[in-house]
Amino acid sequence: MTRMKSKWLILFLVLGLVMVACGGSDTAEEVVEVAEEPAEELESPATTAAPTTTAGPTASIGMVYDIGGRGDLSFNDMAYAGLERAINELGVDGVDLEPSEGGENRAELLGLLAEQGKDLIIGVGFLFADSITEVATANEGVNFGIVDSVVEPGNVAGMVFTEHEGSFLVGVAAGLKTTTKQVGFIGGVEFALIQKFEAGFVAGVAAACPECTVDVKYATVPPDFSGFNLPDKGKEIALAQYEAGADIIYHAAGGTGAGLFEAAKEVSESTGSKVWAIGVDADQYQTVSDELKPYILTSMLKRVDNAVYLTIKAIVDGTFAGGVSVFDLSVDGVGYSTSGGYVDDIVDQLEDYKARIVSGEIVVPDTP
Amino acid sequence: MKIYLKILSFFTPVIALAISFGLTTFILIMIDRDPVETFTLMFDYGTTGKSIISILNRSIPLYISAVAVAVGFKMGMFNIGVEGQYILGALIAAQVGAVLILPRPLHVLTIFIVAAVVSGIWAGISGYLKVKKGVHEVISTIMLNYIGAGIVAYLLANVFFEKDENNSLKVPQTNYLSESGQLPPLNNILGIEDLPNLNSFIIGAVFVGIFYYWLVWKTSLGFDLRATGLNPVAAKFSGADPNKLIVLAMLISGGIAGLVGMSNLVGYFHRYTIDFPTGLGFAGITVALLGRNHPVGMALGALLISFLERSSQILDLNNIPKEIERIMQGIVILVVVVSYEVVRRYILTQEVKLASRMVDKDE
Repeated sequence: MTRMKSKWLILFLVLGLVMVACGGSDTAEEVVEVAEEPAEELESPATTAAPTTTAGPTASIGMVYDIGGRGDLSFNDMAYAGLERAINELGVDGVDLEPSEGGENRAELLGLLAEQGKDLIIGVGFLFADSITEVATANEGVNFGIVDSVVEPGNVAGMVFTEHEGSFLVGVAAGLKTTTKQVGFIGGVEFALIQKFEAGFVAGVAAACPECTVDVKYATVPPDFSGFNLPDKGKEIALAQYEAGADIIYHAAGGTGAGLFEAAKEVSESTGSKVWAIGVDADQYQTVSDELKPYILTSMLKRVDNAVYLTIKAIVDGTFAGGVSVFDLSVDGVGYSTSGGYVDDIVDQLEDYKARIVSGEIVVPDTP
Repeated sequence: MKIYLKILSFFTPVIALAISFGLTTFILIMIDRDPVETFTLMFDYGTTGKSIISILNRSIPLYISAVAVAVGFKMGMFNIGVEGQYILGALIAAQVGAVLILPRPLHVLTIFIVAAVVSGIWAGISGYLKVKKGVHEVISTIMLNYIGAGIVAYLLANVFFEKDENNSLKVPQTNYLSESGQLPPLNNILGIEDLPNLNSFIIGAVFVGIFYYWLVWKTSLGFDLRATGLNPVAAKFSGADPNKLIVLAMLISGGIAGLVGMSNLVGYFHRYTIDFPTGLGFAGITVALLGRNHPVGMALGALLISFLERSSQILDLNNIPKEIERIMQGIVILVVVVSYEVVRRYILTQEVKLASRMVDKDE
């Protein structure tokens, strides 16, 4: 009896080990893969050569990611691209950490980096608002940065973007390109920040095509922020929207968007009529795999990489200051991508709208 | 029972941990990392003053969650719904606490009671469904988790949240509890300086443990619960009313689950925010399994899991994937649970042999 049990035990353990081993190697590969892509996109030197200075790093940077972490091909990878560029061009040294799944240890990770004597610690995402306030207050001698939010302590630099302006432009592109007069929007989590994307997009579509309708869907509602990392749900929503007649869908949902791209390919292939997806944050034409590239019309660029790079540069130059930095259309903090050449025919119109937004002639709404 | 069997039983967890260590070492070698360095890093970082306080703070909700699950286990019920129960209880308690203004002890106590009652009722639904409609509690508690999460999301975003015109990026959250609804940390009383706050609700967790022990082993209700868990038919014939027990067990389990969120609510965040930890209900199941539903065993289990989670944070800074911690957790749980079962059966067969030998001698 006992002997039989121990046989089962051994079998179980071996099975467990095998599974564990497979899982482990998978993630490792994944990380390596994505690490390289944003770098190319930034046109930073291809070689990740050591910094030119030999006298050690110019500054020490720590970064903690948002939900989804590295490898979302979008928001977090953009932040990493900024850090990587700073490592290559400014000679800083950088470490990046990912919070646990639920993200409860954000404050602890920020605190850990502060203990390690980092010169600048960046929290990637608005979810860091509370934890960075707490840690920055407790570590007044350390500088912090937060993407997508503004917090009170004077040693925190808030990097915010005018996502509604960039979304307006891809909305115009969608309005001009749609043949079914129906487009879709998939938001990650339904709250103010993502509603900025929605508002800009809807306004852009309406400006280019007044009779078009926009089908708006969100993956989750707060306090459930998993909506930024649910590719399966993204696919489900996208399939439904395409089925209902949309031929272009814009997502502002981080990793969830991967499902949209899959859906675009699947629908295009099964129905024979091409449908499009619009990427977000990064130039997603560059970050997705080759077979998905033909379905990405354009991407709303949110240059988190530039914001992160400039904040690190300020530390290196000794010009760092807390407070808010707004990255808008006029400084190319947001914009649209032209990779793939699918919007080449309407670039003139897009540039025209862009100029009118920058000049203040068009004021893009930031709430739906 | 022979003495060596007792010793074996006592040392099972230690043996299991040793096996887990061995397996983890093996995996570390396979992924080309130095196991000695890894364990040293984890141990050194996990035993700093800051880490110890963090580990204690983490263990509080984990332990209470485990106790909530264990109450169900003791009578053969699987309450997977602690997750939904505690977030719902915590949210309602946060809102009630934010609206009320009462003297401190009363204010804090009211918050606890509201949380326990809300969570208890939420769990009670599963008990009611089982008794009246024959719905298995695993199904109903899982479903109620989703419904609970949905209600929390709705209430938080649409009912309890006051939008701020000046800050459109503000995320949904309840208002802060007034001063009287907050529990100050234990640091001043214990004279701990220069370290993070030690959550006072750790005392609450100890009380929950004592209450659990008293209820299950020292009351007739507890006896009926355990008897039903061991042999429902026999218990029924000895006069226990299974229907009443099912509902009661779920109510108690849920009531304890309501306290899971309290250390974070009254002792740390002082409001329900998007940062409010989730997943503790499921983690509690793990801890209950690790601690064999024993009040002290579960405390050790909660400390172990918290230690692993905290100490693994240092790994990424040293180029060791922190995911190794998830693997370690998985291995520990698997090995511990399997070893308990193996040892239990071994002891059982030995006892049977012993008994039959004694019978032989008598003849």
